Amino acid sequence: MNINLTLFGQSLTFIVFIWFCWKFIWPLLIDAMRERQKTIAEGLESAERAGKDLELAQEHATDQLRKAKDGAREIIEQARARATQMIEEAKGDAAEEGERVKLAAQADIEQDMNRAREALRGDVATLVVAGAEKILGESIDQSRHAELLKQLSGQL
Amino acid sequence: MASGTQTSAEYIQHHLTNLTYGQLPDGTWGLAHSAQEAKDMGFWAINVDSMAWAIGLGVLFCWSFGRVARNATAGVPDGMQNFVEMIVEFIEEITSNIFPYRNSMIAPMAFTIFVWVFLMNLMDLIPVDWIPLLAGASGVHFMKIVPTTDPNVTLGMALAVFVLILYFSVRQKGLGGFLGELAFHPFPKVLAPANLFLEGVTLLAKPISLGLRLFGNMYAGEMIFVLIAIMFSSGVVTFIGGSVLQWGWALFHVLIITLQAFIFSVLTVVYMAQAYDVEEEH
Repeated sequence: MNINLTLFGQSLTFIVFIWFCWKFIWPLLIDAMRERQKTIAEGLESAERAGKDLELAQEHATDQLRKAKDGAREIIEQARARATQMIEEAKGDAAEEGERVKLAAQADIEQDMNRAREALRGDVATLVVAGAEKILGESIDQSRHAELLKQLSGQL
Repeated sequence: MASGTQTSAEYIQHHLTNLTYGQLPDGTWGLAHSAQEAKDMGFWAINVDSMAWAIGLGVLFCWSFGRVARNATAGVPDGMQNFVEMIVEFIEEITSNIFPYRNSMIAPMAFTIFVWVFLMNLMDLIPVDWIPLLAGASGVHFMKIVPTTDPNVTLGMALAVFVLILYFSVRQKGLGGFLGELAFHPFPKVLAPANLFLEGVTLLAKPISLGLRLFGNMYAGEMIFVLIAIMFSSGVVTFIGGSVLQWGWALFHVLIITLQAFIFSVLTVVYMAQAYDVEEEH
């Protein structure tokens, strides 16, 4: 508890330690901390920038996607219209063709009918003549009764 | 207690005596053998234990923190660097709040004071008998291991702070400005002697209160540890009571030693800031 030379010894020691810390400890630590602070700040900044870039890219991608969808929809629309058109065309063609086939067939049928009628007429005339010969017992002069026969077969 | 033949008073006295080197009564120089001998050595003696522990802890601080500082990386810090940086940041922030001027010495000074005084205070938590007994066994009579319980140490540091206060005051304000500040406040100039007296007391009170506050806190804490240690040898009941008290007081003391180290370093910064402050109107 006595005050003695230790007082000044301690003052001196105190100054020496402060000087040592001031010159060799503190600046190194503070520099390292400041540098790290800067690095972190820069890192955060670039992260923020990257985030913004990402946002922009996403926007761009969404835009592209929407455009592509629109394009696809348009193409589908066109295809559908074209298909309808083709079907209509085909329907038209088919109807025309059917009509044509039907007409041809009708013409054939008429022709056949006419031919058959002609044949039948001939046959009937022959049969009528034959029948009339039998009934009258004499032969009918074809040339004489040609007018009559013609009338008969015309009634068939 | 150190030995069975001691009385409690002797035990306490023993614990409160520094290992002092100086001139012995027979005229030769050597270590004092008793408290009275140490006292008789007067001013031209030195407390070897205080100085050795103070310097030892200071060197420990410079070595361990210096090693961290040399290996300090701006990348990912390891545990020890983290710990050191935590203290550095803490001190840096407080210092920049209190001391707004440009002086690269203030923050490292506060840092040194905080860590060094803390380490010196920390010695108080080592059980009071361990190291004195070891020293006694190796032939050293006295051994006070807590430098801050020695008023020489705390007042010595306060003295250095006082010198710095004077130095910075004169450097910032000029000798005339500094003396003017002492003489012309708080009363008008005609009352210069009264002003000088008041301001002189204020100025001197700074280092004295700074040193004595730390000393008083640590001395009282040490004393209570010594008193608790006496309880251990006087019966089973007091032994148990002493154990509980020792534990409780140590726990409380953890707060005190940190707080006192903090107060010493912050007050030093405050005094430096006052030395820089240009006189304000009262």
